Amino acid sequence: MKSLAELQQLRDKISKQVDLRKDRENGIRIVVGMATCGIAAGARPVMNAFLNEVSKRGLSDVTVTQTGCIGMCRLEPIVEVFMPGEEKVTYVHMNEEKVARIVAEHIINKQPVAEYTVGAVQE
Amino acid sequence: MKELSLHILDIVQNSVKAGASEIEIDINEDILKNLLEIDITDNGCGMSEEFLKTVKDPFSTTRTTRKVGMGISLFEAAAVQCGGYLEIESEQGNGTSLKVFFEYDNIDRAPLGNMAETMITVIMGAPDINYVYKHRKAGKEFVFVADDIKNALGGVPIDSPEILNWVKEYISEGLENAGINM
Repeated sequence: MKSLAELQQLRDKISKQVDLRKDRENGIRIVVGMATCGIAAGARPVMNAFLNEVSKRGLSDVTVTQTGCIGMCRLEPIVEVFMPGEEKVTYVHMNEEKVARIVAEHIINKQPVAEYTVGAVQE
Repeated sequence: MKELSLHILDIVQNSVKAGASEIEIDINEDILKNLLEIDITDNGCGMSEEFLKTVKDPFSTTRTTRKVGMGISLFEAAAVQCGGYLEIESEQGNGTSLKVFFEYDNIDRAPLGNMAETMITVIMGAPDINYVYKHRKAGKEFVFVADDIKNALGGVPIDSPEILNWVKEYISEGLENAGINM
């Protein structure tokens, strides 16, 4: 059973990690569209899958956040990846299987998954 | 939407945009009365009387980027299709309360779905808000208060991935122990 005592242990572990906030400011941002259109298309499990991957792999310089509707509702769920010094990459029609591949290939190995991007879908 | 918990996620974002500092989600599964009730109450900016009159209309929105806002209309449709209804009370400056009623055993009632995922998603979206989630079923109750977690965390942000995953499991286990299966 999960208890607040257990949470405090987790807190102590995390606060020992190197300067969390500084890591986050200079790091990679993964932004998931979470408006009505995104939610209806399946954005919640996609966001949770990103959280899981980031937490499992201990990627302390990666932040997962949310945004509203960016006006391409037919392509939802949409995920944008911002890497320092790189152009933004927009992934469309996202699902949980695509998440694992994007984290491994793009977030960790810095090679965007071209076939999942908005450019590939709209051609 | 496939799950009622997805509607809850969508509607809570209205409360966030209304500048609420506390949002309460209250779910009551009253099987004896064959009733499922979902209440979402916030202390945000509320709505004017005129806006309240048109708020269920999908062509009513506060957005300036486009002229549609589907969230409340979709939630209402999910209730109406199974013999239920949706009520909104709001007062400018005093917050908004939305109550949705469903016939519990109606075949067209969508399942509640994964509330633990919905909760960590709303926490992530606006971590400073104190979310209170109460869920009752058959005389048992599960209560989650986001500020209790934040107090236990000291300075560590509640929206750290490891913490959010812990919170998700905490809520899932809490619901299960109260006999509320998702």
